[in-house]
Amino acid sequence: MLPFTLLACAVAGGVFLIIREPNVEYLFVAGYTIVQYIVLATAWNILGGYTGYVNFGSAAFFALGAYSTVALATFANQLDDLVPESMAPIFHLIFPLSIPTLIVIGGVVSGIVGLGMGYLTLRLRGAFFAIATLAMAVVLQTLVVNWEFVGGSGGAYIVRPGEFPGLGSYMQYLFALMLTLAVLAVVIARAIERSRLGYGFAAIRDDELAAEASGVPTLRLKLIATTISGALMGMAGAPFPYYIGYLQPQSAFGLEYAVNSIAMPMIGGTMNWIGPLVGTLLLGTLQQIANVTISSAVNLLLVGLLLIAFVIVAPNGIVGLVQERLRARRAK
Amino acid sequence: MSAILRVQGLSKRFGGFVALDGIDLEVQPGERLGLIGPNGSGKSTLVNCICGTLQNEAGSVQFDGDVVDGLAAHERTHRGLARSFQLPRPFPSLTLADNLRIPMLYTVHKRTGTPLHANSIEARCSELLQMVGLTGKARHRPRDLTQVEMRKLELARAMAAEPKLLIADESMAGLSHSEIEDILALLVKLNESGITIILIEHIMTAVMSFSQRLAVLVSGKKIADGKPEEVVRDPEVVRAYLGE
Amino acid sequence: MEVSIDLLIGAIVAGLLLGGFYAAVTAGISISFGMLDIVNIAHPGFIILGSYIAYIVNINLGVDPMIVSVVMLPIFYLLGTAIYQIYYLSFEKRGQESLRGLAFFFGVLFVTEVMLLLVFGVDYRYVEAPYIGPSLHFGPIDLPLRMLVPCIAALIMFGALQVFITRTFTGRAVLAVAQDQFALQLMAVDPVRIKRIAFGLSIATASVAGALLVIIQPVEPSVGREYIGRVFAICVLGGLGSMPGTLIAAMLLGVVESITSTFYGPSWAPAIAFGFLLLTLAFRPSGLLGR
Repeated sequence: MLPFTLLACAVAGGVFLIIREPNVEYLFVAGYTIVQYIVLATAWNILGGYTGYVNFGSAAFFALGAYSTVALATFANQLDDLVPESMAPIFHLIFPLSIPTLIVIGGVVSGIVGLGMGYLTLRLRGAFFAIATLAMAVVLQTLVVNWEFVGGSGGAYIVRPGEFPGLGSYMQYLFALMLTLAVLAVVIARAIERSRLGYGFAAIRDDELAAEASGVPTLRLKLIATTISGALMGMAGAPFPYYIGYLQPQSAFGLEYAVNSIAMPMIGGTMNWIGPLVGTLLLGTLQQIANVTISSAVNLLLVGLLLIAFVIVAPNGIVGLVQERLRARRAK
Repeated sequence: MSAILRVQGLSKRFGGFVALDGIDLEVQPGERLGLIGPNGSGKSTLVNCICGTLQNEAGSVQFDGDVVDGLAAHERTHRGLARSFQLPRPFPSLTLADNLRIPMLYTVHKRTGTPLHANSIEARCSELLQMVGLTGKARHRPRDLTQVEMRKLELARAMAAEPKLLIADESMAGLSHSEIEDILALLVKLNESGITIILIEHIMTAVMSFSQRLAVLVSGKKIADGKPEEVVRDPEVVRAYLGE
Repeated sequence: MEVSIDLLIGAIVAGLLLGGFYAAVTAGISISFGMLDIVNIAHPGFIILGSYIAYIVNINLGVDPMIVSVVMLPIFYLLGTAIYQIYYLSFEKRGQESLRGLAFFFGVLFVTEVMLLLVFGVDYRYVEAPYIGPSLHFGPIDLPLRMLVPCIAALIMFGALQVFITRTFTGRAVLAVAQDQFALQLMAVDPVRIKRIAFGLSIATASVAGALLVIIQPVEPSVGREYIGRVFAICVLGGLGSMPGTLIAAMLLGVVESITSTFYGPSWAPAIAFGFLLLTLAFRPSGLLGR
């Protein structure tokens, strides 16, 4: 595992330096989005591709991370109003929290919610879990819209500091953080794949009843998958308010998160860690181009149509198609 | 000597349909029990309830001295109860060797406490595949198997869990005469090493030669339980199979 | 907060009217999910589609939305059969319903919503009809016709479906296919054909439900997603595939939502359905009247 981790870090580092070269701010902005989707797609795949349980509420977990950040940032701004005077100095020492800390907190919050929701619905069929995630996304959005503390439907402003010492613009710092998260997500996914846990997930995906009969503690493993998946998504969401500056519920709970978290792994391939990466790079780049040349709505339409097409025609995604080609060639 | 499996008053219904009606059954450690009955008599439902795949509404199941009612299927497997499925349920995306790996990783591993070494898992997989005659297809996926081979895989996977009690549910359907002999020999050998076996079969020659005791299930009720030669001559059993 | 009895009665009545409508919305899912075991999460998308079609014809030709929906019934039916055929060939036959089937329907839901967004934008759309506006008054009870008429229409459609399923051969075959596909085959009835008919029917109900929806409230493309939680909550609570159960569950949800709306504000309504769903799944997954 160590050699791969080092390799992944090296690749990430290389990407960062390459993007940095032309010194075009837009590249960081676009790059951040794509790398963010690598985290989301990989996270989704741990529960969806490895374990076979479809999560339609990726936007909810993502938004939980984002709104944890907003809540904590708002709290930091209003410290003196909210905290008794005697305690104020301590709080001022801790707050405002650094983004890495916020990422961890976002992960914890989303992980716990994932665990809770899983506990209620994972004892039943995968279909019920999927429906529950869909409904949950709507409900969470309702809650956030009604919570004035984080801005309600009007949205919240998060002031991004101008510069990050040593790295240049703050955007570069955010990009570097997201790259680190992506490395983390991919390393975790690959480690799971090759471990005892990964075998358990695969057994559940293939035939849950037979897995139980073989001694696999299916409920526990499903909860683990949901928690890890949710936590990673929350971690991806935590820096989002700083990236976007003005966060409205529609943005955090946006349609694009729901569909892309599913489309990217399913188009790329769900059987291993490479699939989501391939799917994200392909779809992500396509979308960045489409957003600029056509409209963002048409872009989403295309993603939806591609998802339907791939699900019907190439169930194992692009990676699956490639693997089949190789296998056929080897058989000759 | 106390029974390794004790089923008392077990009942199971599906909506209005009574699948099992007050089943009592005892199996002694090391015994070879045959379980027969017409199609639809509830044999597989009984197995499902014993193993925890289904929950029974009434009655109790005790395994190896412990009451297992309410325990999930995987917990019963950990305690040493293993079964093969009547309609084979292999893991389609895994190779045959990996299919056998799952019970080793999750049952045997759990029981011994210490993680199994990768080499010993490999060795054990090869050993099991050889016992059922599937060595050549170790790297294949279940979709490349014939129906008969899939049944052998089912049996091997149940064996991989290193059970104290193994329930073999129609493992021999479709096998040739010599293949049946091989599987029977395998089961006898397992039994000699101390594993209790419940054999559910339609192939009467196999059941008769294998079983030390025979139980008969008809329409959810146990109508006979005793020495094979006697049970087979029981008028009620004859009526159930040949009709009035 | 004082609980005024008048307000409470009003809320309950409104809830019952709403519940009738919810039953019509859920009828399609009762068939596709309850009886055919197909998780068609795209159903609300078709309902919204029905709403928009009713809207266009109503605005341009002045035709009553319910009449539009009845005219559209055969088209929605055919759409349903086509979608089932794709679903069957791609997933059911291959035994891969779970992950891929879900993703497929999600894709359909998503594409429907985005297409409507592209064509109509995010503005709320209303229809016009003579019964939108006036109300009947019986003492303390107000019955806005805008809710009463759809409720009655919904109950009629619901009743018609129930009669079809219990009294006609095809309808009973649908019930049979839910319970024992093999036995049906032995009777020389093609289960796939029956399922196709049933699924077509379920999408046809979306046409009517959509027209009723746009009478009750203004619509915009994302409204569909609010209904996913409601529809499945009602379906599960009512017991999968049980039409009477669906009706009772729909009424129950309608009343609880209405009371919550009246006393705590309307923005909590989606949360109610979800709460129902979670509680039902956690504690009584077989539903109120379930098998």
